[in-house]
Amino acid sequence: MSTATQPPTIELDRVVIRFAGDSGDGMQLTGTQFTTVSSLFGNDTATLPDFPAEIRAPAGTLAGVSAFQVHISDHDILTPGDSPSVLVAMNPAALKANLPSVTGGGTLIVNVDAFDERAFEKAGYSGNPLTDGSLSGYTVYEVPMTSLTMEVGKEIGVKPRDAERAKNFFALGLVSWLYSRPVDTTLEWIAKRFEASPAICEINSRAFRAGHAFGETAELFESNYQVRPAALHKGTYTNITGNTALAWGLIAASHQARLPIFLGSYPITPASDILHELSKHKEFGIRTIQAEDEIAGIGAAIGAAFGGSLAVTTTSGPGIDLKSESIGMAVSLELPLVVIDIQRGGPSTGLPTKTEQSDLLHAMYGRHGESPVPIVAPRTPSHCFDAAIEAVRIATKYRTPVLLLSDGYLANGSEPWRLPDVEELPDLQVEFASEPNHTDADGREVFWPYVRDERTLARPWALPGTPGLEHRIGGLEKEDGSGNVSYDPENHEKMVHLRAAKIAGIASDIPALEVDDPDGLGGAQVLVLGWGSTYGAIAAGVRRVRARGAKVAHAHLMHLNPFPRNLGEVLRSYAQVLVPEANLGQLVRLVRAEFLVDARSLTKVQGVPFRAAQIEEAVLEMLGVDSNTSEAEEDVAS
Amino acid sequence: MTDTQVPVTTRKDWTSDQEVRWCPGCGDYSILAAVQMLMPELGVRRESTVFVSGIGCAARFPYYMDTYGMHSIHGRAPAIATGLAVTRPDLDVWVVTGDGDALSIGGNHLIHALRRNVNLTILLFNNQIYGLTKGQYSPTSELGKVTKSTPFGSLETPFNPVSLALGAEATFVARTHDMDRKHMQETFRRAHEHRGAAFVEIYQNCNVFNDGAFEKITGRDARADNLIPLVHGAPIRFGADAQHGVVLGPDGRLRICAVSEVGEEALLVHDESREDPGLAFQLSRLAAGPYEPTPIGVFRAVERPEYADAMAHQLLEANERKGPGDLAGLLTSGGTWTVE
Repeated sequence: MSTATQPPTIELDRVVIRFAGDSGDGMQLTGTQFTTVSSLFGNDTATLPDFPAEIRAPAGTLAGVSAFQVHISDHDILTPGDSPSVLVAMNPAALKANLPSVTGGGTLIVNVDAFDERAFEKAGYSGNPLTDGSLSGYTVYEVPMTSLTMEVGKEIGVKPRDAERAKNFFALGLVSWLYSRPVDTTLEWIAKRFEASPAICEINSRAFRAGHAFGETAELFESNYQVRPAALHKGTYTNITGNTALAWGLIAASHQARLPIFLGSYPITPASDILHELSKHKEFGIRTIQAEDEIAGIGAAIGAAFGGSLAVTTTSGPGIDLKSESIGMAVSLELPLVVIDIQRGGPSTGLPTKTEQSDLLHAMYGRHGESPVPIVAPRTPSHCFDAAIEAVRIATKYRTPVLLLSDGYLANGSEPWRLPDVEELPDLQVEFASEPNHTDADGREVFWPYVRDERTLARPWALPGTPGLEHRIGGLEKEDGSGNVSYDPENHEKMVHLRAAKIAGIASDIPALEVDDPDGLGGAQVLVLGWGSTYGAIAAGVRRVRARGAKVAHAHLMHLNPFPRNLGEVLRSYAQVLVPEANLGQLVRLVRAEFLVDARSLTKVQGVPFRAAQIEEAVLEMLGVDSNTSEAEEDVAS
Repeated sequence: MTDTQVPVTTRKDWTSDQEVRWCPGCGDYSILAAVQMLMPELGVRRESTVFVSGIGCAARFPYYMDTYGMHSIHGRAPAIATGLAVTRPDLDVWVVTGDGDALSIGGNHLIHALRRNVNLTILLFNNQIYGLTKGQYSPTSELGKVTKSTPFGSLETPFNPVSLALGAEATFVARTHDMDRKHMQETFRRAHEHRGAAFVEIYQNCNVFNDGAFEKITGRDARADNLIPLVHGAPIRFGADAQHGVVLGPDGRLRICAVSEVGEEALLVHDESREDPGLAFQLSRLAAGPYEPTPIGVFRAVERPEYADAMAHQLLEANERKGPGDLAGLLTSGGTWTVE
């Protein structure tokens, strides 16, 4: 495709691109494919899908704008980028909604065909932003994407409506040229994805080629760019979202535990993709039920756990409220259960498609009675795989429900993941009870369901179908050992303490908290303590602080209950502690209460992740360093 | 779980060591006795039998059976039992529930378990009152019922549990009562034999909070006049001299007639196996409540694929199509690249 007039190619070390359009414009598909191509090409990538809760909000309005941000680089990166330097806007609303986040002097590629009076009105523009001088600080490329795509459609006799819908592929082609992405990978993908409808397949691939050719020949662009592959660790990589990683982690854990998966789940954003993914893989012996409600989803899972399955339920937002009673029952029954909560903005229906970390205290305390549960939180999309395995390990070993707290950002965000060697995964083999474990007063060998393992305090898992171990369990308080219903005051107190001690004891079975402090523990003045999806922004922010020559430490919790056994020591090693969270300060409350440290909270509840610059600014302020000096590189290499 | 012969058992083998704690005179005792005495006749193993219950007086049932059991939370037993039955088709899973448990807080789970046709034997103890919470009206209490929570009478139209189950696409629907052990056992036996969700409503007397609720149907003196026995393949008739019968009128509606007036040939012959649940539904509504002639017996018993069987079939198909699950293959299924 190269010609003598092809513009020069400029090398970049990184770029952040945001694709934005109507929710029906296919921006998520476009962004995802651009990411896949970049990953396959060898870049490091990180993504931030950002879409409305409405399936199709009124076209052309700000409410209906759907965007996908992708960060590609030639070095390892931690976030989808604070602000895009390139915005592809398919209409005025997409421009208006996303312009504030674009870096000054950034590039705007607009579908000029969509810029008319009616569209301005819908987007709330009083005039044409392309001509009123308001974009003078940006480099603007006006490209007639719709009409050029329609032209292509006319040539091959596709209905105008179908042709019009292919304009996102034109945009993908254009941006693929602009960043020197391989063409064939995307053409192959289009051929496979639209195999079932040849006409759609044809127009999409033609539109893609047309967009690519337009960039090459239109003499609109002075240059195009190249982002070289990143020097990632040796290995085989795939690009993965958090929800897929969770589903695969469960499958891996099921394989390692030799227990079939049972998933009881009710569809809810942004957790449904786990149900979809697990439903696809019946060849692994996975049983899934789309239950009649959230309560039935977890109820069926508890029934399956009683029967010896690896029982899982998945949910988000209001769904975790509905499951609370059943989680309490699982605490009392002491059966293994994995409860996955993909946190989203709340309260109530809140922000279904936006991220938040505001269910931590609910996970800790959201049940009546003293009912402790272990909590595990992944930090990146690919880390969801490890977190799922860890949740299964704890649940099966300690016969307890485990709450796994992911969130909307991790669920839909993606990153390259170096595949683990499946032979190296931990063995999670469980032992079921097979014989009586107690001699009763009459000297008979009997089975008592609440006789505990001395080390773990876990009770036996005795499956129906095992002769001689017939027993009854229930939500009523049980007598220690026999499991018979007991209202005895001393026994109740003992059982409450036993259940608490069992969960607290897990601290000795999880890794100590690692601290990223180049000067060793206590070397820096400020420690940033995070949990879950703030990992990328905190780690990137910390790199930026260090790039200025200042000292800062970072520790990130995967286990929220119990905490790692050295957390108190780590906290006390630093003069100042900063806890950034996408809530109003939930972890900070826990560590202040538990360790009496004067930890400071940094909060953000906008439905979007922290930016690295926010972390940097907060740390610099604590260090008394002026943050207004020259802006550090956004994602400096470590 | 094995091919060896099922051991011979007696009622005692199925009775746990726990003291039964229902009120003296409660109808639950006779239901428990009926089940414990029936179990040795069913040719099933104790270890493969599981009783799952929710909350309420009836829900204590699993504690008294020397089998596997779970006394769960209010209303959720059908959901919990679904998860167990779907993952362990080798087990015999029974659900014991009450009118509040199954039809109020757990109504959603009941109808969906029936619709899915999960292999469960569901025994609904209907006493038309909340007993464990000491006497509030239930979803089957009659309109105008005066209770602690309805001192001026209930304003609510009750559910007819049999109509509800038929409307929920249940494949086996029956009604029995606590005054007739033989009928209970025969009905439970049929329900247990049914592959799929079997629903049995049991008229059960709460002698403390709602004594005599079913007296007009199940009382020894009243039975002949008001209990309409449903017998598959037989004309539907009742009365001390079988002088009354049920007729399907030209308008498509069922009504009760004197056999002497319409003749024996005109009587509706009961057929449990009708695909169309319409007539079964009409039968369930012959009486407005348990104070006028009311059918007792199996309303409907039809075959439909059982849920766990259908799911197991899908798993088998996937295995044949894709081969057994390959973890390493799964991880590379989304496209990979290699960094040297």
